[in-house]
Amino acid sequence: MSAHEDDPILDVRDLRVWYGTGGDPVRAVDGVSFQIGRGETLGLVGESGCGKSTLGRGVLGLLPDAAAVTGSVRFDGRELVGAPAAEVRDLRGPELGLIFQEPMTRLDPLQTIEAHFREALNTHRPELGKEEVRRRSLEALAGMGIPRTRFGQYPHEFSGGMRQRIMIALALVLEPKVLVADEPTTALDVIVEAQILGILADLRRNFDTAILLVTHNLGIVAEACNRVAVMYAGEIVEEGDARELFAEPAHPYTRELLRATISLETTGLNYIPGAPPSLIDPPPACRFHPRCPSAMRVCADLHPIEVRAPAGQRVSCWLHGPEGQIPAGGREPLERREFAEAEEA
Amino acid sequence: MPPQTPATSGTTADSLLEVRDLHTRYSVRGSFFDRLKGRESGSVHAVDGVTLDLRHGEVLGLVGESGSGKTTLGRTLLGLVEASSGSIRLEGEELTGRSEAEMRPLRRRMQIVFQDPHASLNPAMTVGALVADPLRFHKLASGREELRARASEALERVGLAPASEYLDKYPADLSGGQKQRAVLARAIILGPDVLVADEPVSMLDMSVRAKILELMLELKDELGLTYIYITHDLATAKFFCDRIAIMYLGRIVELGPAADIYEHPQHPYTAALLKAIPEPDPRRAVARDLPRGEVPDAVVPPLGCPFHPRCPRAFEVCGWESRDLRTLLEERWTKLDQDAYERERALVGELDDLDVAESEAFLPAADGGSGEEAAGVLEAMRADAPADPFWSGVASTSVEPDGVRIGFHTPREPRDLEVGRSVVNCHLHDPGAIELAERLRRGEPEPEPPDAGADAG
Ligand SMILES: Nc1ncnc2c1ncn2[C@@H]1O[C@H](COP(=O)(O)OP(=O)(O)OP(=O)(O)O)[C@@H](O)[C@H]1O
Ligand SMILES: Nc1ncnc2c1ncn2[C@@H]1O[C@H](COP(=O)(O)OP(=O)(O)OP(=O)(O)O)[C@@H](O)[C@H]1O
Ligand code: SF4
Ligand code: SF4
Ligand SMILES: [Mg+2]
Ligand SMILES: [Mg+2]
Repeated sequence: MSAHEDDPILDVRDLRVWYGTGGDPVRAVDGVSFQIGRGETLGLVGESGCGKSTLGRGVLGLLPDAAAVTGSVRFDGRELVGAPAAEVRDLRGPELGLIFQEPMTRLDPLQTIEAHFREALNTHRPELGKEEVRRRSLEALAGMGIPRTRFGQYPHEFSGGMRQRIMIALALVLEPKVLVADEPTTALDVIVEAQILGILADLRRNFDTAILLVTHNLGIVAEACNRVAVMYAGEIVEEGDARELFAEPAHPYTRELLRATISLETTGLNYIPGAPPSLIDPPPACRFHPRCPSAMRVCADLHPIEVRAPAGQRVSCWLHGPEGQIPAGGREPLERREFAEAEEA
Repeated sequence: MPPQTPATSGTTADSLLEVRDLHTRYSVRGSFFDRLKGRESGSVHAVDGVTLDLRHGEVLGLVGESGSGKTTLGRTLLGLVEASSGSIRLEGEELTGRSEAEMRPLRRRMQIVFQDPHASLNPAMTVGALVADPLRFHKLASGREELRARASEALERVGLAPASEYLDKYPADLSGGQKQRAVLARAIILGPDVLVADEPVSMLDMSVRAKILELMLELKDELGLTYIYITHDLATAKFFCDRIAIMYLGRIVELGPAADIYEHPQHPYTAALLKAIPEPDPRRAVARDLPRGEVPDAVVPPLGCPFHPRCPRAFEVCGWESRDLRTLLEERWTKLDQDAYERERALVGELDDLDVAESEAFLPAADGGSGEEAAGVLEAMRADAPADPFWSGVASTSVEPDGVRIGFHTPREPRDLEVGRSVVNCHLHDPGAIELAERLRRGEPEPEPPDAGADAG
């Protein structure tokens, strides 16, 4: 049994996050379950709008008031869904860390870097003395390659890559057990991105931090994550060991996403026909069936049941059974309508 | 750099656009200006001596990190930003120095597509009006019926069919991919020869990217277009481009056929970029040694080769300077523990005086300290990282009462050199520079300062 199954630091079960829009809700996260063990990095991938950020924020209790949350998020044995807001807030920072794509929106332009660290540590580690606060801050910054002599400078005096590293240092100085990183390198150049992915990998190895890494870049997952969860239209459709899953994707959506990814090996263009559906009124049964090249009759009638694929990953797709649940004739190919060229995201 | 004809230019006859020693500068405002040291005038040299030929029907990629000057180069070629000097010829006709009115007929032949389709479509206009707008502007069509007919034709060409479904929509009603299609429709409606596509797919999802790139290839074939494809994404560039120019701090550091760039990168920066790409197939992922740091401030670029502060292969002549000493010292300090750092920090004075673009550095002793102590810090740096390329640049050190003075070898700018089918701007390919470095290593004196490039030897 792997670490995430024995003693997960984060255990999410049947989580639903629906945004109320007056009329029908947006079912941004719709019945999602996963675990992350200490020292594991779980990559969360999927097309734009499939609910990745909502899931990441849901885990941290950072959703707007208009979002309805049901299901369970257990952090180190404590239930967070339905817990008093103040209790969850106190966990954020020292236990549950967070890195966003846009560091500038998180750093206060009027405060020095030193002040940011002082405030974070004074709030969450009031027992630490002044010297210790300074020492920990400088160590965290130095660990991210930020010159110690620039501790007294303001956020705008740093480059985008440095600001992102400052954000990471600010999250890490509190030594959280779980870190949610939402597209932490999307705004950065490839070389700086690679440097930051290296930092995240070290973190996992050296500090036992569990990381949920949200990205739409499959290359990043392959490099930085040991496990990966693939999201489509608010659901996790496949989840498992990153290597195995990429080598032998079991879900047609994963397979098509990999095929559509342009890499240095790409010799021809592939894409998934159509566009991700509206989450107000997603397609019935398998949400991917209108776009799935492998769709069968059963796919339009019954929601797939999660099974284990041959390579070990969890997958929700009728191609993998369970055989006994597929009605007679259910494996016949599904008649699908053609998509017009411009029906796309 | 002196104007040169790249090896890959071929004959003039097949060049649509000839760019020679093009420079574009932006002046920078006071607040920035205050921070300047070592330069009298405040300007960003966004395009710094670019020479290239664009051939009929090719896709030329401009690839580089943020701030390398890709957009500025693209905009300068279209006359949207004024060139500071140099020449741009479209089939022999000079484009620089033209007035807006003189530029207008040529604009029809060259169009641009921007990265952000949301920002480049006026939200208050219908798709039909937006797409037909260039026709109105250039007075090539008029009347509601004609404009609508021409817009329909362009929309259907880019896959927004039937056009009647899109003509009266507003940009907000379209998805990201559909918006980029509308932008392409607007770009082709004048029947241009050249399309500058500035990160046209960067903001789109992977599967939409593939569709837009495919559409662009179709348009190119059907309409006989020539593309300049601007991107920071080496993977799409490899697939999409015939030739690629790698840019760094306003210069083209390597230009050659796409296959050669990826198979045999000749410039250390190209090699670094390729190594940094995350690889989706975990079985192929390799450990990487990445260049340190980030792209430096373009206002006062590094001396010599602009890549030298990050280059793992930099050597004697690459442009070592005072700022490099500060970078190295700060980097060392991030690796020491707090106590060791504080002990060492106490031995040297203010570092701000190191922030000058000069090939001599003075590391001051702390107040009341001695030059020997500062020299001791320098020795410790060297002992701990003897293989750092920085040390190759040190020509002399002398201990003075209040600090230690370091002299560097004379900075030299690399020349454009032909390597195989590519042009590469790096001393490693210059036998003269290599030989000079060997002589410097033997302790021979520095020859007369070069005028342009390392042509000694
Ligand atoms: N505050 C909100 N109120 C209402 N709907 C929302 C809100 N935030 C997100 N949504 C909707 O929820 C769905 C999921 O959005 P989310 O941002 O989680 O997706 P994502 O996978 O992170 O996308 P991206 O890759 O573009 O960041 C989308 O349909 C989005 O429009
Ligand atoms: N209008 C402007 N005024 C002053 N400086 C500018 C202006 N536009 C760009 N610059 C500077 O010129 C340099 C080149 O910028 P440019 O936008 O051309 O680079 P780029 O390669 O397109 O970058 P990116 O990948 O971020 O789009 C940068 O140093 C930038 O800060
Ligand atoms: S369940 Fe059916 S439609 Fe859904 S992914 Fe599997 S094969 Fe395709
Ligand atoms: S000239 Fe070549 S070797 Fe020297 S710093 Fe530049 S890229 Fe590196
Ligand atoms: Mg998101
Ligand atoms: Mg740009």
